[in-house]
Amino acid sequence: MSKVLVIAEHDGANLNGSTARAVSCAADLGLDAVDVVVLAADGSAVAEQAAKITGVSTVLLVQNPANENAVAAILAPQIEALAADYSHVLAPSTTFGKDLMPRVAAHLGRPQISDIMRVESATVFDRPVYAGNAVITVEAPEGLVIGTVRTASYKAASNDGSASVETRSVDATLPSHTRFVGLESGGGGDRPDLQAAAKVVSGGRGVGSEENFKAIYSLADKLGAGVGASRAAVDAGFIPNDHQVGQTGKIIAPDLYMAFGISGAIQHLAGIKDAGTIVAINKDADAPIFEVADFGLVADLFEVIEELEKAL
Amino acid sequence: MKILVGVKRVVDFNVRIQVKPDGSGVATDGVKMSMNPFDEIAVEEALRIKEAGNAEEVIVATIGPKACQEQLRTALAMGADRAIHVLTDDEIQPLTGARILKALADKEEPQIVMLGKQAIDDDNNQTAQMLGALSHWPQATFASEVKIEGNTAIVTREVDAGLETLSIDLPAIISADLRLNEPRYVKLPDIMKAKRKPLEAIALADLNVEVAPTVKVIKTTAPAKREAGIKVGSVAELVTALKEKGLI
Repeated sequence: MSKVLVIAEHDGANLNGSTARAVSCAADLGLDAVDVVVLAADGSAVAEQAAKITGVSTVLLVQNPANENAVAAILAPQIEALAADYSHVLAPSTTFGKDLMPRVAAHLGRPQISDIMRVESATVFDRPVYAGNAVITVEAPEGLVIGTVRTASYKAASNDGSASVETRSVDATLPSHTRFVGLESGGGGDRPDLQAAAKVVSGGRGVGSEENFKAIYSLADKLGAGVGASRAAVDAGFIPNDHQVGQTGKIIAPDLYMAFGISGAIQHLAGIKDAGTIVAINKDADAPIFEVADFGLVADLFEVIEELEKAL
Repeated sequence: MKILVGVKRVVDFNVRIQVKPDGSGVATDGVKMSMNPFDEIAVEEALRIKEAGNAEEVIVATIGPKACQEQLRTALAMGADRAIHVLTDDEIQPLTGARILKALADKEEPQIVMLGKQAIDDDNNQTAQMLGALSHWPQATFASEVKIEGNTAIVTREVDAGLETLSIDLPAIISADLRLNEPRYVKLPDIMKAKRKPLEAIALADLNVEVAPTVKVIKTTAPAKREAGIKVGSVAELVTALKEKGLI
Protein backbone atom coordinates (compact mmCIF):
# COMPACT_ATOMS: atom_id res chain seq x y z
CA MET A 1 0.00 0.00 0.00
CA SER A 2 1.29 3.44 -0.96
CA LYS A 3 0.62 6.09 1.62
CA VAL A 4 1.85 9.62 2.19
CA LEU A 5 2.72 11.10 5.56
CA VAL A 6 2.41 14.88 5.90
CA ILE A 7 4.26 16.54 8.78
CA ALA A 8 1.99 19.07 10.51
CA GLU A 9 3.37 22.52 11.25
CA HIS A 10 1.93 24.12 14.38
CA ASP A 11 2.81 26.31 17.36
CA GLY A 12 1.48 23.95 20.03
CA ALA A 13 -2.04 25.39 19.97
CA ASN A 14 -2.88 26.09 16.34
CA LEU A 15 -2.25 24.18 13.15
CA ASN A 16 -0.39 26.35 10.62
CA GLY A 17 -2.24 26.91 7.31
CA SER A 18 0.77 25.51 5.43
CA THR A 19 -0.24 22.01 6.54
CA ALA A 20 -3.55 22.03 4.62
CA ARG A 21 -1.65 23.25 1.53
CA ALA A 22 0.80 20.35 1.84
CA VAL A 23 -2.20 18.01 2.13
CA SER A 24 -3.50 19.37 -1.21
CA CYS A 25 -0.21 18.42 -2.84
CA ALA A 26 -0.27 15.01 -1.11
CA ALA A 27 -3.77 14.38 -2.50
CA ASP A 28 -2.45 15.01 -6.05
CA LEU A 29 -0.16 11.98 -5.68
CA GLY A 30 -3.23 9.73 -5.99
CA LEU A 31 -2.10 7.26 -3.35
CA ASP A 32 -4.15 5.02 -1.04
CA ALA A 33 -4.09 7.33 1.97
CA VAL A 34 -2.93 10.69 3.28
CA ASP A 35 -1.95 10.67 6.96
CA VAL A 36 -0.84 13.67 9.00
CA VAL A 37 1.51 13.44 11.96
CA VAL A 38 1.42 15.97 14.79
CA LEU A 39 4.57 15.98 16.90
CA ALA A 40 3.96 18.00 20.04
CA ALA A 41 4.33 18.13 23.80
CA ASP A 42 0.55 18.33 24.19
CA GLY A 43 -0.97 18.16 20.73
CA SER A 44 -4.58 17.03 21.07
CA ALA A 45 -5.99 20.43 20.05
CA VAL A 46 -3.74 20.55 16.98
CA ALA A 47 -4.60 16.94 16.10
CA GLU A 48 -8.33 17.82 16.21
CA GLN A 49 -7.71 20.62 13.70
CA ALA A 50 -5.65 18.33 11.44
CA ALA A 51 -8.43 15.70 11.53
CA LYS A 52 -10.80 18.22 9.92
CA ILE A 53 -8.64 18.70 6.80
CA THR A 54 -10.50 17.16 3.85
CA GLY A 55 -8.79 14.10 2.46
CA VAL A 56 -6.85 13.10 5.58
CA SER A 57 -7.29 9.44 6.58
CA THR A 58 -5.57 9.28 9.94
CA VAL A 59 -3.88 11.78 12.22
CA LEU A 60 -0.97 10.35 14.16
CA LEU A 61 -0.37 12.14 17.45
CA VAL A 62 3.12 11.76 18.86
CA GLN A 63 3.39 13.45 22.24
CA ASN A 64 6.65 13.98 24.07
CA PRO A 65 7.77 16.85 26.31
CA ALA A 66 10.85 17.11 24.04
CA ASN A 67 8.52 18.21 21.21
CA GLU A 68 7.55 21.44 22.98
CA ASN A 69 9.39 23.43 20.31
CA ALA A 70 9.98 22.32 16.75
CA VAL A 71 13.70 21.51 16.84
CA ALA A 72 14.77 19.61 13.72
CA ALA A 73 17.37 17.43 15.42
CA ILE A 74 14.73 16.23 17.91
CA LEU A 75 11.81 15.78 15.49
CA ALA A 76 13.82 14.10 12.72
CA PRO A 77 14.55 10.76 14.48
CA GLN A 78 10.85 10.41 15.34
CA ILE A 79 9.79 10.94 11.72
CA GLU A 80 12.45 8.49 10.57
CA ALA A 81 10.89 5.88 12.85
CA LEU A 82 7.46 6.47 11.28
CA ALA A 83 8.63 6.63 7.66
CA ALA A 84 8.87 2.85 7.23
CA ASP A 85 5.09 2.61 6.73
CA TYR A 86 5.01 5.20 3.95
CA SER A 87 5.99 5.66 0.31
CA HIS A 88 6.10 9.47 0.58
CA VAL A 89 6.85 11.91 3.39
CA LEU A 90 6.02 15.58 2.77
CA ALA A 91 6.22 18.81 4.74
CA PRO A 92 5.46 22.40 3.78
CA SER A 93 8.41 24.34 2.37
CA THR A 94 8.31 26.87 5.19
CA THR A 95 11.32 27.51 7.44
CA PHE A 96 9.95 24.64 9.59
CA GLY A 97 9.92 22.12 6.73
CA LYS A 98 13.13 23.37 5.14
CA ASP A 99 15.01 22.94 8.42
CA LEU A 100 13.57 19.53 9.23
CA MET A 101 13.10 17.47 6.08
CA PRO A 102 16.67 17.28 4.70
CA ARG A 103 17.71 15.98 8.13
CA VAL A 104 15.09 13.23 7.84
CA ALA A 105 16.07 12.46 4.24
CA ALA A 106 19.81 12.16 4.90
CA HIS A 107 19.32 9.75 7.81
CA LEU A 108 17.25 7.57 5.53
CA GLY A 109 19.82 7.85 2.72
CA ARG A 110 17.29 9.51 0.43
CA PRO A 111 17.56 12.66 -1.69
CA GLN A 112 14.94 15.35 -1.20
CA ILE A 113 12.74 17.16 -3.71
CA SER A 114 12.50 20.76 -2.44
CA ASP A 115 9.62 23.16 -3.21
CA ILE A 116 7.32 20.87 -5.18
CA MET A 117 5.08 23.15 -7.27
CA ARG A 118 3.30 20.51 -9.36
CA VAL A 119 2.79 16.76 -9.20
CA GLU A 120 2.96 14.99 -12.54
CA SER A 121 2.96 11.47 -11.09
CA ALA A 122 3.85 9.90 -7.76
CA THR A 123 7.53 10.17 -8.70
CA VAL A 124 7.66 13.11 -11.16
CA PHE A 125 7.46 16.70 -9.95
CA ASP A 126 8.04 20.28 -11.08
CA ARG A 127 10.14 22.57 -8.93
CA PRO A 128 11.59 26.07 -9.40
CA VAL A 129 15.32 26.80 -9.64
CA TYR A 130 17.35 30.00 -10.20
CA ALA A 131 14.96 32.15 -8.15
CA GLY A 132 12.00 30.84 -10.13
CA ASN A 133 13.53 31.81 -13.49
CA ALA A 134 13.47 28.18 -14.60
CA VAL A 135 11.32 25.20 -13.72
CA ILE A 136 12.78 21.70 -13.68
CA THR A 137 10.79 18.50 -14.04
CA VAL A 138 12.46 15.88 -11.88
CA GLU A 139 12.04 12.18 -11.29
CA ALA A 140 12.72 10.81 -7.83
CA PRO A 141 14.71 7.56 -7.68
CA GLU A 142 12.89 4.36 -6.78
CA GLY A 143 11.98 4.06 -3.11
CA LEU A 144 10.82 6.44 -0.42
CA VAL A 145 10.11 9.96 -1.71
CA ILE A 146 10.87 12.87 0.62
CA GLY A 147 9.79 16.35 -0.36
CA THR A 148 8.76 19.82 0.68
CA VAL A 149 5.74 21.55 -0.83
CA ARG A 150 5.86 25.11 -2.17
CA THR A 151 2.81 26.40 -0.31
CA ALA A 152 2.18 29.27 -2.76
CA SER A 153 1.46 26.67 -5.48
CA TYR A 154 -1.36 24.98 -3.58
CA LYS A 155 -4.68 26.10 -2.15
CA ALA A 156 -5.40 24.83 1.33
CA ALA A 157 -7.51 21.64 1.36
CA SER A 158 -10.98 22.38 2.72
CA ASN A 159 -12.14 21.72 6.21
CA ASP A 160 -14.95 19.18 6.26
CA GLY A 161 -13.01 16.02 7.03
CA SER A 162 -13.35 13.75 10.02
CA ALA A 163 -10.20 11.68 10.26
CA SER A 164 -9.50 9.47 13.25
CA VAL A 165 -6.77 10.49 15.66
CA GLU A 166 -4.38 7.74 16.78
CA THR A 167 -1.91 8.32 19.58
CA ARG A 168 1.44 6.82 18.71
CA SER A 169 4.60 6.33 20.65
CA VAL A 170 7.79 6.13 18.66
CA ASP A 171 10.97 4.41 19.62
CA ALA A 172 13.74 6.88 18.88
CA THR A 173 16.78 8.17 20.71
CA LEU A 174 16.55 11.94 20.95
CA PRO A 175 19.70 14.08 21.16
CA SER A 176 20.35 16.58 23.96
CA HIS A 177 22.81 18.73 21.99
CA THR A 178 20.23 21.30 20.86
CA ARG A 179 18.25 23.52 23.23
CA PHE A 180 15.50 25.96 22.35
CA VAL A 181 16.15 29.32 23.99
CA GLY A 182 13.37 31.56 22.75
CA LEU A 183 11.35 33.04 19.93
CA GLU A 184 11.03 36.74 19.32
CA SER A 185 8.11 37.34 17.01
CA GLY A 186 8.29 40.07 14.42
CA GLY A 187 5.22 41.76 15.81
CA GLY A 188 2.80 41.22 12.94
CA GLY A 189 -0.02 41.84 15.42
CA ASP A 190 -3.52 40.96 14.30
CA ARG A 191 -2.77 41.34 10.59
CA PRO A 192 -3.35 38.30 8.40
CA ASP A 193 -0.46 35.86 8.08
CA LEU A 194 1.60 36.82 5.05
CA GLN A 195 1.63 33.32 3.56
CA ALA A 196 -2.13 32.87 3.86
CA ALA A 197 -3.36 36.43 3.21
CA ALA A 198 -5.64 37.08 0.23
CA LYS A 199 -4.22 40.59 -0.03
CA VAL A 200 -0.73 41.83 0.68
CA VAL A 201 0.54 45.40 0.78
CA SER A 202 4.30 45.56 0.50
CA GLY A 203 6.91 48.28 0.88
CA GLY A 204 10.46 48.66 -0.36
CA ARG A 205 13.41 50.99 -0.07
CA GLY A 206 11.26 53.76 -1.56
CA VAL A 207 9.21 53.92 1.63
CA GLY A 208 12.24 55.59 3.18
CA SER A 209 12.01 54.89 6.92
CA GLU A 210 10.46 52.82 9.69
CA GLU A 211 8.25 55.81 10.49
CA ASN A 212 7.02 56.04 6.89
CA PHE A 213 6.04 52.35 6.97
CA LYS A 214 3.07 53.39 9.11
CA ALA A 215 1.39 54.47 5.90
CA ILE A 216 1.80 50.92 4.54
CA TYR A 217 0.35 49.41 7.75
CA SER A 218 -2.54 51.84 7.66
CA LEU A 219 -3.47 50.94 4.08
CA ALA A 220 -3.05 47.23 4.85
CA ASP A 221 -5.44 47.52 7.80
CA LYS A 222 -7.99 49.28 5.63
CA LEU A 223 -7.78 46.46 3.07
CA GLY A 224 -7.53 43.64 5.63
CA ALA A 225 -4.19 42.81 4.05
CA GLY A 226 -0.94 41.29 5.27
CA VAL A 227 2.21 43.41 5.16
CA GLY A 228 5.24 42.43 3.11
CA ALA A 229 8.59 44.00 2.35
CA SER A 230 11.55 43.80 0.04
CA ARG A 231 14.98 42.80 1.29
CA ALA A 232 16.13 46.42 1.01
CA ALA A 233 13.40 47.55 3.41
CA VAL A 234 14.29 44.81 5.91
CA ASP A 235 18.04 45.44 5.67
CA ALA A 236 17.44 49.15 6.22
CA GLY A 237 15.61 48.28 9.44
CA PHE A 238 12.23 49.65 8.30
CA ILE A 239 10.46 46.37 9.17
CA PRO A 240 11.35 42.99 10.81
CA ASN A 241 12.81 40.15 8.72
CA ASP A 242 9.75 37.89 8.86
CA HIS A 243 8.00 40.26 6.45
CA GLN A 244 10.53 39.70 3.66
CA VAL A 245 9.07 38.44 0.40
CA GLY A 246 11.32 36.84 -2.22
CA GLN A 247 13.63 33.98 -3.16
CA THR A 248 15.09 33.79 0.32
CA GLY A 249 12.13 35.16 2.25
CA LYS A 250 8.52 34.14 1.89
CA ILE A 251 7.00 32.93 -1.37
CA ILE A 252 3.40 34.12 -1.47
CA ALA A 253 0.42 33.91 -3.81
CA PRO A 254 -2.24 36.39 -2.65
CA ASP A 255 -5.12 37.46 -4.91
CA LEU A 256 -3.86 41.03 -4.73
CA TYR A 257 -0.26 42.17 -4.24
CA MET A 258 0.43 45.89 -3.99
CA ALA A 259 4.08 46.91 -4.21
CA PHE A 260 4.97 50.40 -3.01
CA GLY A 261 8.45 51.72 -3.69
CA ILE A 262 9.78 48.29 -4.71
CA SER A 263 12.00 48.26 -7.81
CA GLY A 264 11.47 44.54 -8.49
CA ALA A 265 14.82 42.72 -8.28
CA ILE A 266 14.83 39.14 -9.64
CA GLN A 267 15.04 37.85 -6.06
CA HIS A 268 11.91 39.77 -5.02
CA LEU A 269 9.89 38.79 -8.09
CA ALA A 270 10.60 35.13 -7.23
CA GLY A 271 8.36 35.58 -4.21
CA ILE A 272 5.30 37.05 -5.96
CA LYS A 273 5.12 35.41 -9.39
CA ASP A 274 1.96 33.49 -8.50
CA ALA A 275 0.03 36.47 -7.15
CA GLY A 276 -3.38 36.94 -8.80
CA THR A 277 -3.07 40.64 -9.54
CA ILE A 278 0.09 42.68 -9.02
CA VAL A 279 -0.15 46.45 -8.58
CA ALA A 280 3.03 48.52 -8.62
CA ILE A 281 3.39 52.09 -7.48
CA ASN A 282 6.82 53.58 -8.12
CA LYS A 283 8.28 56.96 -8.99
CA ASP A 284 10.68 55.37 -11.48
CA ALA A 285 8.82 54.54 -14.70
CA ASP A 286 11.64 52.16 -15.70
CA ALA A 287 11.52 50.05 -12.52
CA PRO A 288 11.49 46.33 -13.46
CA ILE A 289 8.45 45.74 -11.23
CA PHE A 290 6.32 47.30 -14.01
CA GLU A 291 7.24 44.38 -16.31
CA VAL A 292 5.22 42.00 -14.13
CA ALA A 293 2.59 44.38 -12.76
CA ASP A 294 -0.99 44.06 -14.00
CA PHE A 295 -1.58 47.67 -13.02
CA GLY A 296 1.23 50.17 -12.71
CA LEU A 297 1.09 53.73 -11.52
CA VAL A 298 4.07 56.06 -11.81
CA ALA A 299 3.63 58.38 -8.85
CA ASP A 300 4.72 59.29 -5.34
CA LEU A 301 3.68 56.38 -3.14
CA PHE A 302 2.60 58.49 -0.16
CA GLU A 303 0.24 60.59 -2.27
CA VAL A 304 -1.19 57.41 -3.78
CA ILE A 305 -1.72 55.79 -0.36
CA GLU A 306 -3.49 58.92 0.89
CA GLU A 307 -5.77 59.08 -2.13
CA LEU A 308 -6.39 55.31 -2.04
CA GLU A 309 -7.46 55.46 1.58
CA LYS A 310 -9.91 58.24 0.75
CA ALA A 311 -11.29 56.29 -2.19
CA LEU A 312 -11.81 53.05 -0.26
CA MET B 1 39.45 25.13 16.95
CA LYS B 2 39.06 24.83 13.22
CA ILE B 3 36.16 26.03 11.12
CA LEU B 4 35.39 24.33 7.81
CA VAL B 5 33.42 26.42 5.31
CA GLY B 6 31.78 24.97 2.22
CA VAL B 7 31.55 27.23 -0.84
CA LYS B 8 29.91 26.73 -4.23
CA ARG B 9 30.56 28.24 -7.66
CA VAL B 10 27.26 29.43 -9.13
CA VAL B 11 25.96 31.73 -11.88
CA ASP B 12 26.33 35.29 -10.55
CA PHE B 13 23.20 36.52 -8.80
CA ASN B 14 22.84 39.50 -11.13
CA VAL B 15 22.69 37.40 -14.31
CA ARG B 16 19.29 36.98 -15.94
CA ILE B 17 19.51 33.31 -16.79
CA GLN B 18 18.25 31.84 -20.07
CA VAL B 19 16.61 28.45 -20.39
CA LYS B 20 17.98 26.53 -23.40
CA PRO B 21 15.32 26.11 -26.10
CA ASP B 22 15.78 22.31 -26.18
CA GLY B 23 14.86 22.04 -22.48
CA SER B 24 18.21 20.53 -21.57
CA GLY B 25 19.06 23.12 -18.95
CA VAL B 26 20.13 26.69 -18.38
CA ALA B 27 22.73 28.40 -20.59
CA THR B 28 25.96 28.73 -18.59
CA ASP B 29 28.57 29.11 -21.37
CA GLY B 30 30.28 32.47 -21.11
CA VAL B 31 28.04 33.47 -18.19
CA LYS B 32 29.64 35.23 -15.22
CA MET B 33 30.23 32.86 -12.31
CA SER B 34 30.74 33.81 -8.66
CA MET B 35 30.80 32.42 -5.16
CA ASN B 36 27.27 31.70 -3.94
CA PRO B 37 26.29 34.85 -1.97
CA PHE B 38 25.27 32.88 1.13
CA ASP B 39 28.66 31.14 1.11
CA GLU B 40 30.45 34.50 1.12
CA ILE B 41 28.49 35.29 4.28
CA ALA B 42 29.54 31.91 5.74
CA VAL B 43 33.23 32.62 4.96
CA GLU B 44 32.93 36.10 6.49
CA GLU B 45 31.39 34.72 9.68
CA ALA B 46 34.13 32.09 10.04
CA LEU B 47 36.76 34.83 9.65
CA ARG B 48 35.04 36.97 12.28
CA ILE B 49 34.93 34.05 14.72
CA LYS B 50 38.67 33.58 14.15
CA GLU B 51 39.38 37.31 14.50
CA ALA B 52 37.49 37.33 17.80
CA GLY B 53 39.96 34.72 19.06
CA ASN B 54 37.51 31.82 19.03
CA ALA B 55 39.14 29.81 16.24
CA GLU B 56 42.69 29.20 15.00
CA GLU B 57 42.10 28.16 11.43
CA VAL B 58 39.54 28.66 8.67
CA ILE B 59 39.53 26.03 5.95
CA VAL B 60 37.41 26.51 2.82
CA ALA B 61 36.29 23.61 0.68
CA THR B 62 34.47 23.19 -2.58
CA ILE B 63 33.33 20.31 -4.77
CA GLY B 64 33.35 20.59 -8.55
CA PRO B 65 35.40 21.05 -11.70
CA LYS B 66 38.78 22.77 -12.01
CA ALA B 67 37.25 26.23 -12.50
CA CYS B 68 35.93 26.19 -8.90
CA GLN B 69 39.49 27.03 -7.81
CA GLU B 70 38.64 30.66 -8.60
CA GLN B 71 36.07 30.73 -5.80
CA LEU B 72 38.49 29.04 -3.39
CA ARG B 73 41.09 31.72 -4.21
CA THR B 74 38.48 34.40 -3.53
CA ALA B 75 37.80 32.84 -0.11
CA LEU B 76 41.55 32.68 0.57
CA ALA B 77 41.85 36.34 -0.42
CA MET B 78 39.06 37.16 2.04
CA GLY B 79 41.28 35.64 4.73
CA ALA B 80 40.76 31.86 4.86
CA ASP B 81 43.96 29.99 5.78
CA ARG B 82 43.84 27.10 3.33
CA ALA B 83 41.59 25.43 0.82
CA ILE B 84 40.50 21.95 -0.18
CA HIS B 85 39.19 21.26 -3.67
CA VAL B 86 37.32 18.00 -4.19
CA LEU B 87 37.70 17.59 -7.94
CA THR B 88 34.90 16.16 -10.02
CA ASP B 89 33.18 16.97 -13.29
CA ASP B 90 30.01 15.16 -12.19
CA GLU B 91 26.97 17.07 -11.01
CA ILE B 92 26.90 16.60 -7.24
CA GLN B 93 23.50 16.69 -5.56
CA PRO B 94 23.08 17.75 -1.91
CA LEU B 95 23.06 14.30 -0.28
CA THR B 96 26.28 13.25 -2.01
CA GLY B 97 27.69 16.72 -1.31
CA ALA B 98 26.88 16.28 2.37
CA ARG B 99 28.60 12.87 2.37
CA ILE B 100 31.70 14.45 0.83
CA LEU B 101 31.71 17.23 3.43
CA LYS B 102 31.29 14.58 6.13
CA ALA B 103 34.42 12.83 4.82
CA LEU B 104 36.30 16.15 4.97
CA ALA B 105 34.98 16.86 8.47
CA ASP B 106 36.08 13.39 9.65
CA LYS B 107 39.57 14.17 8.35
CA GLU B 108 39.90 17.77 9.55
CA GLU B 109 37.84 17.52 12.74
CA PRO B 110 36.49 21.09 12.74
CA GLN B 111 34.33 22.30 15.62
CA ILE B 112 32.08 24.25 13.27
CA VAL B 113 31.07 23.62 9.67
CA MET B 114 29.65 26.81 8.15
CA LEU B 115 27.61 26.70 4.95
CA GLY B 116 25.28 29.05 3.12
CA LYS B 117 21.58 28.38 3.70
CA GLN B 118 20.99 27.66 0.01
CA ALA B 119 22.73 27.87 -3.34
CA ILE B 120 21.03 30.34 -5.66
CA ASP B 121 21.21 27.96 -8.64
CA ASP B 122 19.42 24.81 -7.45
CA ASP B 123 17.68 26.62 -4.52
CA ASN B 124 17.63 23.30 -2.62
CA ASN B 125 18.41 24.46 0.91
CA GLN B 126 19.43 20.93 2.00
CA THR B 127 23.18 20.41 2.33
CA ALA B 128 23.74 21.81 5.84
CA GLN B 129 20.80 19.89 7.30
CA MET B 130 21.90 16.68 5.58
CA LEU B 131 25.41 17.08 6.94
CA GLY B 132 23.86 17.61 10.38
CA ALA B 133 22.08 14.29 10.05
CA LEU B 134 25.08 12.35 8.73
CA SER B 135 27.45 13.64 11.41
CA HIS B 136 24.80 13.46 14.18
CA TRP B 137 25.81 17.01 15.04
CA PRO B 138 23.38 19.77 15.97
CA GLN B 139 22.33 22.17 13.23
CA ALA B 140 21.40 25.83 13.37
CA THR B 141 20.07 26.83 9.98
CA PHE B 142 19.26 30.32 8.59
CA ALA B 143 21.53 31.98 11.16
CA SER B 144 21.41 35.76 11.56
CA GLU B 145 23.63 35.90 14.67
CA VAL B 146 26.26 33.52 16.06
CA LYS B 147 27.83 33.81 19.50
CA ILE B 148 30.51 31.36 20.62
CA GLU B 149 30.58 30.65 24.35
CA GLY B 150 33.12 27.96 25.12
CA ASN B 151 31.84 24.67 23.72
CA THR B 152 28.46 26.12 22.88
CA ALA B 153 27.12 28.33 20.11
CA ILE B 154 24.14 30.59 20.70
CA VAL B 155 22.55 31.06 17.31
CA THR B 156 19.67 33.34 16.31
CA ARG B 157 17.73 31.97 13.35
CA GLU B 158 15.48 33.69 10.82
CA VAL B 159 12.23 31.73 10.90
CA ASP B 160 8.78 32.51 9.46
CA ALA B 161 7.49 33.63 12.85
CA GLY B 162 10.41 35.97 13.60
CA LEU B 163 13.76 35.26 15.26
CA GLU B 164 14.39 32.00 17.10
CA THR B 165 17.38 31.38 19.35
CA LEU B 166 18.98 27.96 19.85
CA SER B 167 21.83 26.90 22.06
CA ILE B 168 23.86 24.11 20.44
CA ASP B 169 26.84 22.07 21.56
CA LEU B 170 29.95 22.08 19.39
CA PRO B 171 30.84 20.50 17.04
CA ALA B 172 27.93 21.81 15.01
CA ILE B 173 26.70 22.81 11.57
CA ILE B 174 25.60 26.40 11.02
CA SER B 175 24.01 27.72 7.81
CA ALA B 176 24.19 31.43 7.05
CA ASP B 177 21.23 33.65 6.21
CA LEU B 178 21.48 37.03 4.48
CA ARG B 179 21.55 39.20 7.56
CA LEU B 180 24.32 37.34 9.41
CA ASN B 181 26.92 39.85 8.22
CA GLU B 182 28.19 42.03 5.39
CA PRO B 183 31.03 40.14 3.64
CA ARG B 184 34.26 42.11 3.26
CA TYR B 185 35.65 43.26 -0.05
CA VAL B 186 38.77 41.57 -1.27
CA LYS B 187 41.78 43.88 -1.67
CA LEU B 188 44.33 43.51 -4.45
CA PRO B 189 47.33 42.66 -2.19
CA ASP B 190 45.22 39.94 -0.58
CA ILE B 191 44.50 38.44 -3.98
CA MET B 192 48.26 38.25 -4.56
CA LYS B 193 48.81 36.68 -1.12
CA ALA B 194 45.99 34.19 -1.70
CA LYS B 195 47.90 32.75 -4.65
CA ARG B 196 50.56 31.47 -2.27
CA LYS B 197 48.17 29.97 0.28
CA PRO B 198 47.85 26.16 0.32
CA LEU B 199 45.19 24.65 -1.94
CA GLU B 200 44.92 20.89 -1.75
CA ALA B 201 43.19 19.08 -4.62
CA ILE B 202 41.62 15.68 -3.91
CA ALA B 203 40.05 13.51 -6.59
CA LEU B 204 36.51 12.60 -5.57
CA ALA B 205 37.33 8.93 -6.16
CA ASP B 206 40.04 9.08 -3.48
CA LEU B 207 37.54 9.99 -0.77
CA ASN B 208 35.63 6.70 -1.09
CA VAL B 209 32.27 8.41 -0.78
CA GLU B 210 29.28 6.44 -1.96
CA VAL B 211 27.20 8.44 -4.45
CA ALA B 212 23.63 8.75 -3.15
CA PRO B 213 20.55 7.92 -5.22
CA THR B 214 20.03 10.92 -7.48
CA VAL B 215 17.08 12.97 -8.58
CA LYS B 216 16.94 12.90 -12.38
CA VAL B 217 16.21 16.14 -14.23
CA ILE B 218 13.88 15.29 -17.11
CA LYS B 219 13.58 18.77 -18.56
CA THR B 220 14.07 22.44 -17.86
CA THR B 221 11.47 24.97 -18.96
CA ALA B 222 11.00 28.70 -18.72
CA PRO B 223 8.30 29.62 -16.20
CA ALA B 224 4.94 30.84 -17.45
CA LYS B 225 5.28 34.54 -18.25
CA ARG B 226 2.88 36.98 -16.67
CA GLU B 227 0.88 38.86 -19.27
CA ALA B 228 2.01 42.43 -19.70
CA GLY B 229 -0.19 44.77 -17.69
CA ILE B 230 -1.25 48.35 -18.19
CA LYS B 231 -0.15 51.63 -16.71
CA VAL B 232 -2.96 53.64 -15.18
CA GLY B 233 -2.85 57.42 -15.01
CA SER B 234 -4.45 58.06 -11.64
CA VAL B 235 -5.52 56.54 -8.35
CA ALA B 236 -9.16 56.81 -9.47
CA GLU B 237 -8.40 54.66 -12.52
CA LEU B 238 -6.59 52.14 -10.32
CA VAL B 239 -9.50 51.93 -7.90
CA THR B 240 -11.96 51.42 -10.75
CA ALA B 241 -9.82 48.64 -12.25
CA LEU B 242 -9.46 46.84 -8.92
CA LYS B 243 -13.18 47.19 -8.19
CA GLU B 244 -14.01 45.67 -11.59
CA LYS B 245 -11.90 42.67 -10.66
CA GLY B 246 -13.62 42.44 -7.28
CA LEU B 247 -10.33 42.87 -5.44
CA ILE B 248 -11.38 45.86 -3.31
